[in-house]
Amino acid sequence: MVRSLTRTAGLIGRARREYAGQVEKAGTVGLWLLIGLLVVYGIVDARQYLVTGIIVGSIISLGALGITLIFGILKFAHFAHGDLMMFGAYVALGAFVGGGSIGPLSFGWGMIFAILVSMAALGAGSVLIDRVVYRPLRQRRSGTVVLAIASLGVAIVLRAIMLLWWGPDQQLYVAGIHPARDFPFDIKLKPDQIFIVATAFFLMALVYLLLFRTKMGKAMRAMSDNADLARVTGIDTDQVVMWTWIIGGALAAVAGVLLGIQSNLKADLGFTLLLPLFAGAILGGLGSPQGALVGAMIVGISQEVFVGIDLPFPPFGAPGYKPAVAFGILILILLVRPRGLFGKT
Amino acid sequence: MARDRLLTLLAVSIITVGIVGISANDSETFGGFISFLTVFVTTVAIFAVFALGLNVQWGYTGIFNFGVVAFFMVGAYTSALVTKAPSSSEFVRYVGGLDLAEGLGPLNLEGLTGFVLGALAAAVASGVVAFLIAIPALRLREDYLAIATIGIAEVLRRIAIEEEGLVNGTRGLTGIPRPLHDLVSPPDYKYIYFGIAIVVLVIIFVAIERAARSPWGRVLKAIREDELATAASGKNILAFRMQAFVLGAMIMGVGGAVYAANQGSIVPDTFSHFFGTFIIWAMLMVGGSGSNRGAILGAYVVWGFWTLTGLIQPHLPTALEARTSYIRDLLIGLLIVVVLLLRPHGLMGEERRVSLFAGQEDKQKEPLAGAPATGSAED
Repeated sequence: MVRSLTRTAGLIGRARREYAGQVEKAGTVGLWLLIGLLVVYGIVDARQYLVTGIIVGSIISLGALGITLIFGILKFAHFAHGDLMMFGAYVALGAFVGGGSIGPLSFGWGMIFAILVSMAALGAGSVLIDRVVYRPLRQRRSGTVVLAIASLGVAIVLRAIMLLWWGPDQQLYVAGIHPARDFPFDIKLKPDQIFIVATAFFLMALVYLLLFRTKMGKAMRAMSDNADLARVTGIDTDQVVMWTWIIGGALAAVAGVLLGIQSNLKADLGFTLLLPLFAGAILGGLGSPQGALVGAMIVGISQEVFVGIDLPFPPFGAPGYKPAVAFGILILILLVRPRGLFGKT
Repeated sequence: MARDRLLTLLAVSIITVGIVGISANDSETFGGFISFLTVFVTTVAIFAVFALGLNVQWGYTGIFNFGVVAFFMVGAYTSALVTKAPSSSEFVRYVGGLDLAEGLGPLNLEGLTGFVLGALAAAVASGVVAFLIAIPALRLREDYLAIATIGIAEVLRRIAIEEEGLVNGTRGLTGIPRPLHDLVSPPDYKYIYFGIAIVVLVIIFVAIERAARSPWGRVLKAIREDELATAASGKNILAFRMQAFVLGAMIMGVGGAVYAANQGSIVPDTFSHFFGTFIIWAMLMVGGSGSNRGAILGAYVVWGFWTLTGLIQPHLPTALEARTSYIRDLLIGLLIVVVLLLRPHGLMGEERRVSLFAGQEDKQKEPLAGAPATGSAED
């Protein structure tokens, strides 16, 4: 049986090589068409789901951005990123002291302070983890796979610390019911959700400025393109690596807090988060920051809109199948265009 | 080497002395003590099967599977569905129910035939899932397969929960047939199953050992070390990687079947990332990837550590007792990181001897008749 399986795999592989160009072109067009169709359907018939998708998508974007930056600079898949996000959410919970509310939001300046504390803590924490775990492995010239396994270990440790400190039960930043308000086009939104999207887009703009308008950003992009070339041109690659972790960690912190505001905090959610995060980053093209934003947004929207489509067979209509939608996107992109929508060949 | 052996000896003896000592102290009767140790070793044997499967994928070929639990789960459910009788209640719904355990008449052999067929079905089902997931992901960078396997694990668990008619949803399957259960009284059944688990482990161990020392096994190692050079010497990399991935998944499927019959019941929550994937990676890393003995040793040491901390728990002050389970999660994670940093080859390390025929040249000057291309020619 193994032999016949192998032969089938070989045949598929050969067919793929022969028609690689056409498959990719057709696949890319098909993919964009699908995405367009989904968005149009969302606008016409599932606006509420589309809007929820944008909220979820902007949260995933911040995580996927970190994953793609780390992948671009250090060339390994950071499997602790989901747990890093949840850790950020819990650090903010620890630093959150309440303190009134800003306008219609359910929280006040205390939350802004908590977010800043969490960003600083995770930025510094990520650099520390890199110094203790990942850098020694890099210096030993371990393969990227070994780094990825090390990140699995880090993920387990982070998860255990969360469980130890904050316990396994769900937690909320602010208890109580926060009613949604009516907006035009039959959309209901909580003020908190507008805060989520605004914060996410503000941070994306900030990262854009950093990457494309500062010297460090230029160095980061250079190192992402070709690390050896960057080193011989005199770029301080250690510095670049440090800043990558600071940015990745801080973004993960905010993403975690926003996720906590949107739903709730749960310590063992981190590993499950990896699926939409990576689906988004890979859909956009691993290593491409713009790609991560677009890809994650598409994953977020698809997850919600698919649930909104009322068809009697999976994955439609069942919220439990949200991960399946992200998984479907992942498999589709791996089949037709593994470098992602915006990735370089 | 001497230091390696000392460390191994130290780890194994601490675990053994700890478990034997504390369980002897805590058990009220001698029978209870023996029964505890039997259950412990049975569990180690089942985990060792998973670790061996992962060793074929990661240790030998460098394939990166973060969704071990997916194949574990497929194996467990498949074997349960083919050995169980069809549902007799409208509140318990599942597909299959081929009743292989008791429906074969004179071929039943006390459920043993059904168990073997269930394990084979489990292997096939896990292999098919592995094959399907490998089509898009295996030819790409290793990380993509890792993410795809995390994905399939998550999706399969969701399907088991959402599609209530498939495997009875969150209530799970109970009364999974256990081979030879009519031979002894239920409390003594664990001794029978201990034997079954050990036999399965030994069969798989011997088979993989032989495969690893064959030309096929050497190609896998060559791929792991240098894919380009292996491709240049005319080996079809994708085919070999596919074979190793599917074979590893099939072994995990068998492990799932053995697990299901041991437990007697399974629910979707049984198949968590932690117990299904993380702890098995820890076992392989601790034992030494690339070594089958290492995989088994790792299963013993890590599960021994797990059991030992469980035994110590009631003796701890209350404040610490409640958190013990999280502390051991933490230590499992740390174990992976520390092993990678300080002892990348684990306790055992990979054996240098890679051929069934290596070493025979010393014994006989003439090369073996009919086997001119032994050892070095293949490497």
